[in-house]
Amino acid sequence: MNERETSETHQTDAADEVKRADSEAIDQAAYWRANLRIMASLLLIWFGVSFGCGILFVDVLNEIQFFGWRLGFWFSQQGAIYVFVLLIFAYVALMNRLDRRFGLIKED
Amino acid sequence: MSATLLTYGFVALTFGIYIAIALWSRSDSTNEFYVAGGGVHPIANGAATAADWMSAASFLSMAGIIAFEGADGARYLMGWTGGYVLLAFLLAPYLRRFGKFTVPDFVGDRYYSQTARLVAVLCVIFISFTYIAGQMRGVGIVFSRFLEVEIETGVVIGMGIVFFYAVLGGMKGITYTQVAQYCVLIFAYLVPAIYVSILLTGIPLPMLGFGATMADGSGIHLLDKLDGLTTQLGMAAFTEGRKSTVDMFFIVAALMAGTAGLPHVIVRFFTVPDMRAARVSAGYALVFIALLYTTAPAVAAFSRINLIQAVENASYAELPDWFGKWEDSGLLSWVDKNQDGRLQYRGGAAMNPAKPVFVDGRGASGERLVSNELTSNENELYIDRDIIVLASPEIAQLPNWVIALMAAGGLAAALSTAAGLLLVISSAISHDLIKNTLAKNVTERQELNYARLSAAVAIFIAGLFGIYPPGFVAEVVAFAFGLAAASFFPAIVLGIFSKRVSKEGAIAGMLTGIVFTAGYIIYFKFIEPSANTSEFWWWGISPEGIGTLGMLLNFAVSLSVTRFTHAPPADVQAMVLMIRQPEKGD
Repeated sequence: MNERETSETHQTDAADEVKRADSEAIDQAAYWRANLRIMASLLLIWFGVSFGCGILFVDVLNEIQFFGWRLGFWFSQQGAIYVFVLLIFAYVALMNRLDRRFGLIKED
Repeated sequence: MSATLLTYGFVALTFGIYIAIALWSRSDSTNEFYVAGGGVHPIANGAATAADWMSAASFLSMAGIIAFEGADGARYLMGWTGGYVLLAFLLAPYLRRFGKFTVPDFVGDRYYSQTARLVAVLCVIFISFTYIAGQMRGVGIVFSRFLEVEIETGVVIGMGIVFFYAVLGGMKGITYTQVAQYCVLIFAYLVPAIYVSILLTGIPLPMLGFGATMADGSGIHLLDKLDGLTTQLGMAAFTEGRKSTVDMFFIVAALMAGTAGLPHVIVRFFTVPDMRAARVSAGYALVFIALLYTTAPAVAAFSRINLIQAVENASYAELPDWFGKWEDSGLLSWVDKNQDGRLQYRGGAAMNPAKPVFVDGRGASGERLVSNELTSNENELYIDRDIIVLASPEIAQLPNWVIALMAAGGLAAALSTAAGLLLVISSAISHDLIKNTLAKNVTERQELNYARLSAAVAIFIAGLFGIYPPGFVAEVVAFAFGLAAASFFPAIVLGIFSKRVSKEGAIAGMLTGIVFTAGYIIYFKFIEPSANTSEFWWWGISPEGIGTLGMLLNFAVSLSVTRFTHAPPADVQAMVLMIRQPEKGD
């Protein structure tokens, strides 16, 4: 996906948007890349706690006792859900910071 | 006061609140009817999303399934929450920035094609009706068990209430009633769970009590005790999974992608003010959902222990009240195989077919007789999974008002989900089908009337499904998630994350995903149900998890077809760039 490949051609009703996008084309591509990076690293954790700890390695982790739970069982029935919640709020915080850095948020 | 009287009181009170909210939040424009005017606070939308999402199945059935399946039940816990991460990262913010009313709106505009829009409309209607049948049935079950009215009457009352606030208030009415319904349902779910947790472990938080030691002085961890009890009785150990790793993996992935692709969940994020609000609102939604989803496995473990201790080797004549009531409603059955007048609860099915077929008359101890053939194992008990949540306060001998609360909570869960689905169906018809396809020159007022009319018709049809449930409701639920995962999820994600994917690519991808997934499910569920075992499944993937494969196929086909077709027009590409970042300065 080349982000700038077609930002030259535009003559429709979305032209306003495009003009703005065009003048900030570099910013926009950088913003999008930063977003994708944040997303990819958080999705890695998402995959790790659910598919990893909760399914693929559940038997190995079940050998470990975690309070009254077997660890794999805990991840699949409790832990993964807690991490999911944290991941969304982490994404919100990181994206708000990104929005601020790119001047997409009013400073208050 | 008797439980029935209290239940009437609670249900009447909550219904009164829903009606009052509906009167206060009437919709006067299509913008209000479809997306509540786009000004819903992220926290309010989070609560509404949670109520919208948590259906009769989450409230009534999920803990029951986990209680009987133990570790394997985790597929619902992870699948139905992990989808919100995908929703928050990949879909909700961009679709909000897109700023129209429906999911077919996005599919139709992004893929500049009426065909794509129509495929989306059909999927929306099919998925939503599949889902709604179960909700109306849930309403009927709660009414018949707790208010002792016929299931039919219960469904009609439920239809009346939903009609009132969905038709009058549209999304605006639905949003604020859903906030109230969330409060009712989470309170109703947590109170008995906290009670039971204290009784069993002495710890008030069920999420922690679940991993604590028993309060009976034995010092054994609750789950170890449960593993011991289950293996002792010849059942599978509670914390031990039985499904294959491959199947678990595919099912969880299908449920996650399906959750993120369900239209009635996606449209909730069209109601918040902007893109940033959509991100944080998904977070609040998951907090509200997680409150129930982390409690459910605790409720499951608690009620399995309580159930075993209440019935195992108990004399039928001395059983508590609840047993007889659920037996009368046909959801419990006991056959005295060894003629000792006591219940033996063991592994394996007590009878064949597994569900009891009752005949007139009573047995030697007073139990209801069945015509089923008895199996040769020692198990004498049939327990329907759906009663676990509703019966657990009674099994744990909690006060009557807690039991009454459960009924109000179950109704809140079913009604809130039904209303959200109805709105999606009505907007698919009035907005996508009538306004954007058939009669483009309708005025806003006419469109609003069509929206109300289609909501009314949809409620009527949903009610019929509730009264005359098609025998295959449970089977088709796998469809809803599988199809959402194999159709919308890839189409929308590609529409946002690639400027290049063309309409030909997207349509070919969606059709491949749908045909493949539906074909696999129909084959194993309807054509050859006897072959529905892991040895016949492709790579050991059950119909429940096949949506994941359908999704991968969709991605692959969309991307390959795109390579050989023209790029989307410039305005569409500009639109894709536009939705990727927030408006400046808000």
